[in-house]
Amino acid sequence: MEKTKSPEESRKLLDKITFDLTRSIVKRDELTRFWYFILVMFAAVGLWGWFIQIRDGLGVTGMRDYVSWGMYIANFVFFVAVSLIGFLISSSLQLLKISWSKPISRVAEQIAIAAVALAGIIIVMDMGRPDRFLNVFLHGRFASPIIWDVTVVTTYLTISVLLYYIPLIPDLALLRDRGGDDIPKWKMQIYKILSLGWKGNDKQYKLVAHSMRVLMILILPVGLSIHTVTSWLFAATLRSGWDTTIFGPYFVAGAFVAGAAAVVILMYAYRVRYRLGEYFEDLHFDYMGKLLVFVCLVYLYFNINEFWVPAYKMKTAEGIHLRTLFTGSYAPMFWSAQMLGLILPILLMLFRFFRKPLPLTIISVFVLIASWLKRYIIVVPTLEHPFLPVQNVPDYFKHYSPTSIEIMITIFSFMAALLIITVLAKMFPVITIWEYAEEKGIDKEILAEPKK
Amino acid sequence: MENKSRRSFVKKLGVSVGAAGLVGGSSLLSSCNQVETASGDTIKLLTSSGELVEVNKAQLKPADMPSLTENQKRGRKGLPGRKFVMVIDLSKCRNARECMKGCQKHHQLRPEQHHINVLQMQDAEHTAPYYMPKPCQHCDNPPCTKVCPVNATFKREDGIVLIDNERCIGCRFCIAACPYSARVFNWFEPRDAEKYEGVTYNIEANVPQKKGTISKCLFSADRLRDGKLPTCVSSCPNGVYWFGDQNEDAVTNGTTHETTSFSKLIKDNAAYTLMEELGTKPRVYYLPPKDRAFPFQGEIEDHHS
Repeated sequence: MEKTKSPEESRKLLDKITFDLTRSIVKRDELTRFWYFILVMFAAVGLWGWFIQIRDGLGVTGMRDYVSWGMYIANFVFFVAVSLIGFLISSSLQLLKISWSKPISRVAEQIAIAAVALAGIIIVMDMGRPDRFLNVFLHGRFASPIIWDVTVVTTYLTISVLLYYIPLIPDLALLRDRGGDDIPKWKMQIYKILSLGWKGNDKQYKLVAHSMRVLMILILPVGLSIHTVTSWLFAATLRSGWDTTIFGPYFVAGAFVAGAAAVVILMYAYRVRYRLGEYFEDLHFDYMGKLLVFVCLVYLYFNINEFWVPAYKMKTAEGIHLRTLFTGSYAPMFWSAQMLGLILPILLMLFRFFRKPLPLTIISVFVLIASWLKRYIIVVPTLEHPFLPVQNVPDYFKHYSPTSIEIMITIFSFMAALLIITVLAKMFPVITIWEYAEEKGIDKEILAEPKK
Repeated sequence: MENKSRRSFVKKLGVSVGAAGLVGGSSLLSSCNQVETASGDTIKLLTSSGELVEVNKAQLKPADMPSLTENQKRGRKGLPGRKFVMVIDLSKCRNARECMKGCQKHHQLRPEQHHINVLQMQDAEHTAPYYMPKPCQHCDNPPCTKVCPVNATFKREDGIVLIDNERCIGCRFCIAACPYSARVFNWFEPRDAEKYEGVTYNIEANVPQKKGTISKCLFSADRLRDGKLPTCVSSCPNGVYWFGDQNEDAVTNGTTHETTSFSKLIKDNAAYTLMEELGTKPRVYYLPPKDRAFPFQGEIEDHHS
């Protein structure tokens, strides 16, 4: 924390910070409109695809009786994975008092909320009878990992929203009191309501700090659970390729990789689009790069365990599965995910140059795509190799390839997630203003001052 | 008392209006129709041979037509005091596929949907190939019922694993969990959906099938309630199937109708269960394909295509 500044200096600095950080809220141009148009249009196309799927049955997908989970489930796992970054950055790092991650926590929380919300929607879209969704609550059986998953995913969403909202309250009050005339009236109205009459006294700040601490601790077991339980959807079966004991930590490690990459990309987008270079500094990218290397190394370690140990033994069914991954039909996808999404990024990011904003963002894009492919490789190939032979069914039962409807619905999920993130960025500052101001040595009393 | 006499007449004809809404053969029904005069209301019913027939409502005894909820309740409980068991003699199977045909007819299945599937097997490179009919194994430690989030698939007292497709949400976790690939899904509208419209759901036959829900072999639980053998067992022309009650230690051959001791049959022939090492404890036993009555014909399909 920098030393306390004089009131005059503080006011000037606070004005600048507020001006910079409300740029995303104020900015309304053609590009914004175009971006919204793209998101809404593709999302709508996806929803139309879902309508066709409900009307004609899940048969419009490439899934059949043997490969009965496909792109939707892979996508679901991907979104759950990405959402876990909220747990890492805005809880774990904060609890460890790692101060550089403070300005990033809201970015991480935006991603967490959007991803976990979409994960819930995707799983409903995968159901044969979405109209019976309430049966999960009416007839839920606690012996089923799906019920555990529903429980932890909803809990995680709730805590994530609170982790986003509570530190937002002082910011909302600040905007309510000091917001410029260029902020639309309806937004000001929303700030007024959502700021819950915040006054900015010590008692209130203490309350925020205290509740944040409680939530950060609460989210640790819940966050760990969401991805562990999601991995158990697979590990709880007898199938070769899924029947492994390290799936929990393997998935959690992979989740940090995907999430950290997503955070880097979003940070870069905000930095460029809203000219926040002074806030998302090179230093942040450098640290995020180091964090990404670290989680990639952990993930690599689990990958070696997951593939090397069964490959050493080559048990009949495992052997068939591993051969399709290493040298068979999934080999291109498998090796490009491992090489371009894990090993090469690790090597590159060891050099300082590749931890600069643009190179790191490009690497992160590769890492994120590879993370998605990795989920696909975890879900689909295992199902193509059941224990008993696949016979007396049409050929398209034997191999899975996604149909256009599935691709449409998957695109919907990405567009909807980006839409949530965009709306959050357009509504609320992407960095916590009051925390940032405090870091810069601005007194809390100045924050509470109304606009001149 | 006209109504009463009509009922007794129907009884005399031996039409057992099955508790699950089953009636006997359609020929018997046509003779019933001659007696019927009163109302013109008809209802669609499913015969135990899998045929869909239309009968006059007045012919039915209301007490024997359980409502959907009652049907589901009864279907969940099972037949008290029974422990059903199946023995499949692999030395007899010559791939006639009558079991598959009968089953698909009974359970309203599409040609690619198999409650029972006759697989071509070869255990090792130089061993003789053989045919293996594979129904649901009705495991005593079923991996599928464990993972169901809504209790739509469950293990009954009498050993049968059943499905309630009025409750199934279509998550397909049970398909992923089953190591025997025994389960099928209704990816589209089921076969002849229009014909079955308005038929009360019979949980013990899983008919009418419903789009977006699971189906699988049920040991023809509806026929068992009527004291008949499962469709596949009765349809087999080659004496492959034995079916019976483990509590009685008796199994009956579906072709020869010979009844024998279950424990003796499996002991004398060194019976085994499929993938015993998985700990699923199947209720379907296989007699090894030794001294096969028929040679294996055709080419063996790739095991793991």
